[in-house]
Amino acid sequence: QFQLAVPVAVVFAPGSVPGDLPRPLPFRDVQETEIPVNLKTTVTTRYETIYRSTTAQEEAALGAATAREADAALHPLQDTSLGSLTMYVVPEMSSLLPQGVSVYVGKHRSALVRAGGGLAALRARLQQLTQVMAFTVSSITAALSDRVPDGQLGPDARRHLKSSLGYEITFSLLNPDPKSHAVDWDIEDAVNRYVQPVLDKLSLVANFSVDSQILYYAVLGVTPRFDKESSSFLLSAHSLPHVINPVEARLGSSAASLYPVLNFLLYVPERSHSPLYIQDKDGAPVSTNAFHSPRWGGIMVYNVEAPASPQTSLPLHVEVDMVRVMEVFLAQLRLLFGLSREELPPEFLLESPGNEGLADWELDRLLWAHTVENIATVSTTLTSLAQLLDKIGNIVIKDDVASEVYRAVASAQSAVAELAVGHLHSAFQASKEAVTSSERAFFDPSLLHLLYFPDDQKFAIYIPLFLPMAVPILLSLAKIVQETRQRKKEPTKLD
Amino acid sequence: GGMLAAAVLLLLAAGPGPGPGPVRAGRDALREELLLSPLPDGDVAATFQFRTRWDADLQRGAVSHYRLFPKALGRLVAALGVRELHLALTQGFWRTRLWGQPPLQAPPGAELWVWFQPTVTDVDKAWEELSNILSGIFCASLNFIDSTNTVTPTASFKPLGLANGTDHHLLRYAVLPREVVCTENLTPWKKLLPCGSKAGLAVLLKAERLFHSSYHSQAVHIRPICRDASCLAVSWELRQTLTVVFDTFSSGQGKKDWSLFKMFSRTLTDACPLASQSKVYVDISPKNKEKELLEVTPPPASVHEAVVQGDKRTYAVYDLLSPSLFNTSRSLNVQLKWKRPQDSLDLPTPVLHAQRYVSGYGLQTGEISTLIYNTHPYRAFPVILLETVPWYLRLYVHTLTIITKGKENKPSYIHYQPAQDRRRPHLLEMLIQLPANSVTKITIQFERALLKWTEYTPDPNHGFYVSSSVLSALVPSVIAMKDVDVEQSPLFTSLFPSSDGSSYFVRLYTEPLLVNLPTPDFSMPYNVICLTCTVVAVCYGSFYNLLTRTFHVEEPSRGGLAKRLANIIRKFRGVPPL
Repeated sequence: QFQLAVPVAVVFAPGSVPGDLPRPLPFRDVQETEIPVNLKTTVTTRYETIYRSTTAQEEAALGAATAREADAALHPLQDTSLGSLTMYVVPEMSSLLPQGVSVYVGKHRSALVRAGGGLAALRARLQQLTQVMAFTVSSITAALSDRVPDGQLGPDARRHLKSSLGYEITFSLLNPDPKSHAVDWDIEDAVNRYVQPVLDKLSLVANFSVDSQILYYAVLGVTPRFDKESSSFLLSAHSLPHVINPVEARLGSSAASLYPVLNFLLYVPERSHSPLYIQDKDGAPVSTNAFHSPRWGGIMVYNVEAPASPQTSLPLHVEVDMVRVMEVFLAQLRLLFGLSREELPPEFLLESPGNEGLADWELDRLLWAHTVENIATVSTTLTSLAQLLDKIGNIVIKDDVASEVYRAVASAQSAVAELAVGHLHSAFQASKEAVTSSERAFFDPSLLHLLYFPDDQKFAIYIPLFLPMAVPILLSLAKIVQETRQRKKEPTKLD
Repeated sequence: GGMLAAAVLLLLAAGPGPGPGPVRAGRDALREELLLSPLPDGDVAATFQFRTRWDADLQRGAVSHYRLFPKALGRLVAALGVRELHLALTQGFWRTRLWGQPPLQAPPGAELWVWFQPTVTDVDKAWEELSNILSGIFCASLNFIDSTNTVTPTASFKPLGLANGTDHHLLRYAVLPREVVCTENLTPWKKLLPCGSKAGLAVLLKAERLFHSSYHSQAVHIRPICRDASCLAVSWELRQTLTVVFDTFSSGQGKKDWSLFKMFSRTLTDACPLASQSKVYVDISPKNKEKELLEVTPPPASVHEAVVQGDKRTYAVYDLLSPSLFNTSRSLNVQLKWKRPQDSLDLPTPVLHAQRYVSGYGLQTGEISTLIYNTHPYRAFPVILLETVPWYLRLYVHTLTIITKGKENKPSYIHYQPAQDRRRPHLLEMLIQLPANSVTKITIQFERALLKWTEYTPDPNHGFYVSSSVLSALVPSVIAMKDVDVEQSPLFTSLFPSSDGSSYFVRLYTEPLLVNLPTPDFSMPYNVICLTCTVVAVCYGSFYNLLTRTFHVEEPSRGGLAKRLANIIRKFRGVPPL
């Protein structure tokens, strides 16, 4: 069904062209692979690769001292459309890449690859690189997780948030013991400083709203175990699922919008349960003292140092170290969006995204996955709408609902078409429109009306008619049966 | 919430970031208080007030970091452009004549009135959305608020907080008199309190006691107020109030003595640690000039005197934040004893009270009568009457008569908006001058409309409610009032500020009415179907028989018994029968 086209440009710096090229530069090459998702759905990926040699400007940029500088210098020379990738092949002996590193992925949509070996070796490396920078089989199947049969998915596949037009991020500080701890956090500044840059980058993907609250007397649902050795309290991994439920009742749903909520909770344990540590499955304490719940958010336990003298007057004033907290929450946020950096071979070097918190190619990864997921969602929504209409024959479809359905289908088709030619940005926009239209059609109040009562009730009303009418018919039928039986019996008797 | 699976994660810390920003002081404050007042007829009213004041502007998108102010309400105010919100959920009826003027009255059922910001373009849409969201927050059927029970009063409801203009097109008012208030509404209300029901005065809010009472009213008021005297900046105030009236006489074996434990089956042990003020007030005002009729234990640390609603009141004050209070005993159980049994007190009648009833016979026409009493000995004052009548009672405005002391009383202002069937209710607002020591009778006739069969409520023979009418008045005070600083005075005086020292604002609600409408026999269609079906079936049966029956000529059988006997004998012998 799906065809994902990734435009890739492979640029050879002088002295890096492998000897066994099939044709002289420049030339085009198309590679197709198929990813089976289930019996009906297959995803075809198409790498449209252009092989060419560097221009004079690029050559000058590649002459920079370090990979980072080269990356910055190359950025204005590239195709900046979303989803496209540029890979520069540098000579094997180039000093641009550090020793032992053969692939360098920059902040934007480009990478530097050290030449070496023949064309086949280079191709394999480039293939691996496109998977890192665009999508992998697992990221696409995770996006289509609703259609993949259970058991075929890895544990991470259901961790990512569903694609949505917007997300609400709520930071909550839980203070179960305001009598002993007066906890303050400068969340406003921390959000502006650490979270907002990431969200600005992600604003292409969805709308985000951030808010925070402080909840008092909110306790965890589990009583932690006291550990005598370390004189601390421990929460073991298997009890963590029970932690969230009682807290969630206090969090308050977002009444004003329908977007999914991401909760990040900072829990300051009661004085009687301090310090509190989270244990992983092996019994070792978790270094960050935090855990996350897939598609829901994360919880971090923030221990307050016990006062030096027991005579210290209560409540103890606590100022939360927001750097420590935000590091954890941002890592959890990336994880929930499926942006965690996967395990890579050691010769890969990824540039840290710096202040923006997110590299351009990571954004592309997210867009690929979300576009595919949106299209899948639209098709699921429209299919269930069609099933509903099949089930209830006399339902009335208003013109505006019908036009929303048409619009959804048209947008979904254009999204698929744009994906097939590699226009990621327009494909994503179209898929977003398709989702909006299909949801609007599906949740239209005119389809929810309870007036469509089922046919069996109509039948029940006419039972007083059908039952007395059936009596003479059944009686005469019985009579006929009796008579035929008798007629059959009579000849045998005569014999 | 469903069961959530959690996964442990070992996080890799990211690179170092800049240091924490400067510390800002908390800009919000919580004050909690409880007012216990013995009512003239021996019942006890307990009024809780929790006031959260936030020195921030809750405008659209400006602030989103909440501390004491509940996030759910704050987001609502910001997202929908609410300037002022007043929601009350009430079970029971405040009997003004017996109980006197309440600090805050609310009509039975649910009442919601909202002023929107002038920036809101589609007020009706925002109103609908707001009522739906509030219905979700408070588990109440506020989603039944629609255009058929929403009105826009022109004079009765003025903004209680800061307001630049009072363009009443930004106001919406609705009452659902049928709403039943119970624990499912109390729980979300308690959840909005910063301390929940875990500490402070809120520990007394035990649902099984609160609803075992004659009157229960919980309310939420949100309004913008001046941050300071200069009023250059806006603060937002959330006031959560809860009023309960306990019938101590019947529950206390004929004694009118009461204590906190008897009423709430709890005692107070501490103040909410987040509150900057936590006080219990007990009304010990001497009645009938006889002093020392009541005895309060433990003895109060201080006594507060105030003029509340034209009456001089004395309150015993217990400050839960003062360390000396819990020194002697671990908990505070305020007790009140009457020194000698009161017998046949002549109940002081409030200056303004009203009653309303529906009269007439038959199911076609009827009459709504409202009696408004002004018992002030020498002062006349005007009152604004707001009447909202659903469309299925068709009011005849030409039959509107207002009679005071046998003479016709012409209202100085009248605003009438006729109903539209299935679209909007009748709205009648009048400004009526009430002469001193008088009874004013307002009558208006109506005709009952026929409803479509789907429009009837689930129990149509119970009747249809007509919401309480609202009386708003500036009642002249018998005692001169001092201009007090509203910020410092107890909270129960400060929601309606007095305009000057000589009068005070009163808002009263009359009884809701229960009107029977012509109700069809809902089983009739089915009965008709059954009957006609049976007739058709019987006809069909006889026709069928007539058409399918074959007729045989029956041979006359002679000697029946003898023949049968002979056949039996023949059968035994093995001979074919006759």
